[in-house]
Amino acid sequence: MTQPDLDFTLPAAGGGEVSFREISAGKPATVVVFTCNHCPYARAWHDRLQDVARDYADRVGFVQINSNDATRYPKDSFEMMEARVAAGEFATPYLWDESQEVARAWVPKATPHVFVVDANGDIVYEGAPDGYHGAPELRQWRGEPGQWLREALDDVLDGREVARPRTEPIGCSIRWNAANAELDQGPSPAELW
Amino acid sequence: MSASPTIELLAWSGCPSHTAAERELRGILDELGVTDVSIVTTWIEDDATAAERRFVGSPTLRVDDEELIPPDPSDTFALTCRVYRLADGGFSPTPDPEQLRRALADRFATTQRVAPPRGRQE
Repeated sequence: MTQPDLDFTLPAAGGGEVSFREISAGKPATVVVFTCNHCPYARAWHDRLQDVARDYADRVGFVQINSNDATRYPKDSFEMMEARVAAGEFATPYLWDESQEVARAWVPKATPHVFVVDANGDIVYEGAPDGYHGAPELRQWRGEPGQWLREALDDVLDGREVARPRTEPIGCSIRWNAANAELDQGPSPAELW
Repeated sequence: MSASPTIELLAWSGCPSHTAAERELRGILDELGVTDVSIVTTWIEDDATAAERRFVGSPTLRVDDEELIPPDPSDTFALTCRVYRLADGGFSPTPDPEQLRRALADRFATTQRVAPPRGRQE
């Protein structure tokens, strides 16, 4: 897969700055999720992504990023991010990519769009968190098929090649600002689901 | 002869959920036995039209310009994906199926025979 310039340093809701280098240091795998506040797909998958983050916290770096243009979508403002973090909704750092430079480098198609990076800096999985945001049976890991992120992490942690390296992300398209409008690709193909 | 009732599906092409919403809507209408209803999609593609049509997000379903699932009063008019709440408290890009079923049954029960919910014996 084409490798973006992986490293970034961004402000975190709740205070401070967080870098990819810091999150990934010493970890065999690191998860980067592009998400946001306003999108129902991001909200529908949110709790399950936090479950994954908690379950793998001792072995995997994990960070979530909001790159949306908050001037067009006030619910995606840094203040609204901070409110959600203060309410305990996030199991990982939640970072603010106000300039959209990180999104320009990683080019997420939707929120949520999940990337898994191995210790070599290679993207070994990208796509949706799991098979369907509305499937209650996928809420907890009980070995059901379709747990794509968990399966990719297990492959990396067990030293295997990731069996399913790519799935189609589904959700709201990234809300690019005027300077990045040429990146607007329209909605993700939900009709395929 | 009166015209058949119409459900207006207001949608924004920047949000992918309208396809699933229409599929679910047609499925519930079929389950209810409501056959004489048209579904018309109205595309909302700019902020001015969103404000004019009081559009809080895609998809939005209306009959006679009334919301089948009333939005949260705090929702603002915008080109966005609409966030629905499910009966279990979760979030969804499409309406809670049972809430939509009740809304459709309430709306159309007086004009057409409505079948009982799936799995229930009369």
